Amino acid sequence: MKYIKFLLIGILFGIIMTKSEAISWYRIQEMFRFQSFHMYGIIGSTVVIGMIMIQLIKYKQIKSIEGKTIQFQPKEKGVKRYLLGGIIFGFGWALTGSCPGPMFTLIGNGFSIILVSIACAILGTYTYGYFKDKLPH
Amino acid sequence: MIEYISQPWPWYFSGPLITLIMFLLLWSGGYFGVSSNLRSICAIGGAGKKVAFFDFDWKKQIWNLVFILGALIGGYIATNFLSNSEPLQINQKTIADLAEINIPFQGGVMPEVLFSWESLLTLKGFIIIVVGGFLVGFGTRWAGGCTSGHAISGLSNLQLPSLIAVVGFFIGGLVMTHFIFPILFNL
Repeated sequence: MKYIKFLLIGILFGIIMTKSEAISWYRIQEMFRFQSFHMYGIIGSTVVIGMIMIQLIKYKQIKSIEGKTIQFQPKEKGVKRYLLGGIIFGFGWALTGSCPGPMFTLIGNGFSIILVSIACAILGTYTYGYFKDKLPH
Repeated sequence: MIEYISQPWPWYFSGPLITLIMFLLLWSGGYFGVSSNLRSICAIGGAGKKVAFFDFDWKKQIWNLVFILGALIGGYIATNFLSNSEPLQINQKTIADLAEINIPFQGGVMPEVLFSWESLLTLKGFIIIVVGGFLVGFGTRWAGGCTSGHAISGLSNLQLPSLIAVVGFFIGGLVMTHFIFPILFNL
């Protein structure tokens, strides 16, 4: 039963992604062509409010439902993996017009073809895991 | 009320709601990072026997898989019960730019000429659906996160690695859109 709340949060997320049109291939193109503020507004306002929220969580030591203090894992230091991996992700983001979250929401929107993209993304993740030690990090 | 919800939501309404999603996930003992699920699915498939990277306790990630199942259901609810049939309001310049590289705009969320089962067997469709999906999965794990994990969770937590990753996302997206698309879609 503890998973029900995650299902409900996910449903709300899928509705927001659809209604904000962030799942749209065209909206991602508008963003990469700097022809609309829409996507920048969504990501920017999420982050600005998110910064304040995380500072508050840390300062007030807010606890989770389970009573544990909410902890944040700092990301490992480094440049190469973030830049190179990021660029590869960016290629895929522009091609498919979606990142992993919206891919699942697009299936709910009736685009069953995205199942193929998700299968390929899983294969891509597997390929990374296979070659991990040979890649710069 | 339902009429109001049925309109597309402006950025200043959607953005704060995504922050709320991030809060609800943290508050429930999770975090906002969707691409971890791709790694979990590899582990569930047994990849941990061959590749050490997938040898971890994926059962601790079930909550995240449930979350993306919800994201799928949410997409179904939004499009079937909370939408009007108005076409997408995309900038005319974007429509004109895309027309130049033979991608039509018919008011839908996606260019259906590219995203369909018929298109999968064409070169352009294959590159967009298959190669694009592969690069998303490969790149996100190499970078250690996607838009949710880095651009939203990481930047909100003032992580420099996430800023580098987001710069990478945009270098990749801009090069693809402005240099590779004109070649790819004029084939």
